[in-house]
Amino acid sequence: MKRTGAQIIWECLVRQGVTDVFGYPGGAILPAYDAMLDYPIRHVLVRHEQGATHMADGYARASGRVGVAIATSGPGATNMVTGIATAMMDSSPIVCITGQVGSKLVGSDAFQESDVTGVTLPITKHNYLVTRADDVAPAFREAFEIAASGRPGPVHIDITKDAQQSSCEFDWDAAAPKKPEFRPDWSASPEDYRRALELINGAERPILLAGHGIMISNAMDIIRAFAEKANIPVSPTLLGIGSFPASHPLNLGMMGMHGEAWVNQAIQEADLLLAFGMRFDDRVTGTLKTYALAAKKIHIDIDAAEINKNVRVDVGIVGDLRDTLEHLMPGVKQGDRSKWIAHVNELKGDVAVRDIQNLPDDGHLYAAHVINDLWRATKGDAIIVTDVGQHQMWEAQYYHHDKPRSLITSGGLGTMGFALPAAVGAKLACPDKEVWVVVGDGGFQMTMCELATIVQEQIDINVAIINNGYLGMVRQWQEFFYERRYAATPLINPDFQKLAEAFGLPAQTVTRRADVVPAVEAARNNRKTVVIDFKVEQEDTVYPMVPAGAALDAMIRRPSPSPIVETGADVL
Amino acid sequence: MITTFAVYVEDKPGVLTRVSSLFRRRAFNIESLTVGHTDKPGVSRMTIVVDTDELGARRIEAHTYKLVNVLRVENITAGPGVFRDLAMIKVAASAESRTHIMQLVDVFRARVVDVAPDSLIIEITGTEDKIDGLLEVLRPYGVLEMARTGRVAMARGARSTTAQVEAASGPADEDHNVFHSV
Repeated sequence: MKRTGAQIIWECLVRQGVTDVFGYPGGAILPAYDAMLDYPIRHVLVRHEQGATHMADGYARASGRVGVAIATSGPGATNMVTGIATAMMDSSPIVCITGQVGSKLVGSDAFQESDVTGVTLPITKHNYLVTRADDVAPAFREAFEIAASGRPGPVHIDITKDAQQSSCEFDWDAAAPKKPEFRPDWSASPEDYRRALELINGAERPILLAGHGIMISNAMDIIRAFAEKANIPVSPTLLGIGSFPASHPLNLGMMGMHGEAWVNQAIQEADLLLAFGMRFDDRVTGTLKTYALAAKKIHIDIDAAEINKNVRVDVGIVGDLRDTLEHLMPGVKQGDRSKWIAHVNELKGDVAVRDIQNLPDDGHLYAAHVINDLWRATKGDAIIVTDVGQHQMWEAQYYHHDKPRSLITSGGLGTMGFALPAAVGAKLACPDKEVWVVVGDGGFQMTMCELATIVQEQIDINVAIINNGYLGMVRQWQEFFYERRYAATPLINPDFQKLAEAFGLPAQTVTRRADVVPAVEAARNNRKTVVIDFKVEQEDTVYPMVPAGAALDAMIRRPSPSPIVETGADVL
Repeated sequence: MITTFAVYVEDKPGVLTRVSSLFRRRAFNIESLTVGHTDKPGVSRMTIVVDTDELGARRIEAHTYKLVNVLRVENITAGPGVFRDLAMIKVAASAESRTHIMQLVDVFRARVVDVAPDSLIIEITGTEDKIDGLLEVLRPYGVLEMARTGRVAMARGARSTTAQVEAASGPADEDHNVFHSV
């Protein structure tokens, strides 16, 4: 059947199972927008194209399905760059569609022309410049395949205006992706499995480092069975939170720069690290010179380029985590690591059992309290979408995630402004789930225009602004490493309550601990998005902290005499 | 360690950029890169020379295979192979010095491809060392200009990667190469 290139875009998206796209129209993508009206796809009109990419990203992370964003040429396309880079760093499958000036004009510096495929080349898994209607369908089919397969990631399709306007024969079947090119078989050999099992069964002090790959591979149940069978304690990375239940007795808590002190200590003492679907980011290892020197390392990742990238490993297995573990499981012996687990529990001391809920209210409002109370009020069952900074680390420490895909956060790129739009995407992917944005006052102002999207699209999420009047994490670094010279970190903020009300959203300001739970409950019971401005302690600090470039166990602990009772923080 | 890769890629616009951008992005410094057609339509062959260690070479291979347009990557450093560079060297040559220079050219089994009243152009094919050697002895006469291709390399023996590339990617099908991947 004859179709225009613009129609083929939507024919392909519908056939790929896409139900929602996030976008912003403009001249070079107008033919596609015109054709859109005839197809059963919901379009969410964002207020900035960066928001569209984060929404597609949040959609993908919450559901595992490919998220789709669409924008026009030039500035529309370049506005997507931050969102594409965010998805790349966190292995999130999205397809970004941009219009391009007519193919005859490409290279002429035409109005709203930019070499956007040149721009996105190093931050996508692959990208396309499509200049003919015939090429649209093959590009789309291949793009979805690439985005979702292997280590997922963003794919960008740039389509010239004339390719959208001209017609051709549309044949879905003929546009099937060609069979994959040769790729070397780097999957594990029997010898690799034998060595891995020997290390696992022989280890006395093992730790399982649980990464994002567990969720991408849908390997939660087998990881749990593995850890329970071998009695191996588990520590998630930031993006691995949710891959292993927080309430499980073998879950030690998050590792890394703001990880639990006992976890980092235990990693340094371990004799075996099982790195499953994680990539030894510098925020996880501290300085590599002293990282887990006593430990043998087994690294399982689907991306061969990750093996031996940062940390030299003893056994590197390239492959899908679930498949690999299914191979390993029969050879894993029941382990008694009670001595090791008892030792790690000793490292915890009494701090882990202190319950911040029960600490006395000293009249101050602390972010840790707000987040912990949010966890209780939502029964740990919400999808929490965080921004980047102090509140992100407090969320990781005080909201206990038992379920996969329930924490959505920009880990690798650390993109401020991610949370609000990503939460919109998460809500559309999982309409039955309760979704909360946890965001700092700085990051919120980077993408708060999307409140208008929320109103227009009648989206029911809730927003908790952790407002300390500073770019808090940067201020913390200035406090520790720059002699408290607060260069450009204090913020004069608008009245967020009035601001939200101006958008037409109910809002509340909370300054006292006692008001946290009632405000959260009121928001949960409201069918609209509610914005709560939590005015928290201004110069609060995330502890513990591994200074950048320091050894993992060289943590800055909470100063003594301990203000734990003051802040309610239950970390060392 | 100087490492040589033979990389077979789809002959499409922008593929060279993708490969070279990858090396830049991952902070590997390319010593030399040559690209040209193979005997198979639609398939280009690059010879890429990089200074890296064994683990680095392995990661380069893994990263390069992640590029969609890459058909085959071979590290041909270790096995027996033939490595060649081609250089054209323009050297100042007076009536007196010309004979001396041409004797040197003979010793190096190079060729004179242009003679002008004041200069010669010498063409030499060989390993980088051999070309550097000729260059060294020509310098006293005055090297005016030089152009080098960079290394091309091929593993010895009957085994042909190009044949495997064709087998893997199937017959060249115009319909499947329709979109430009940048």
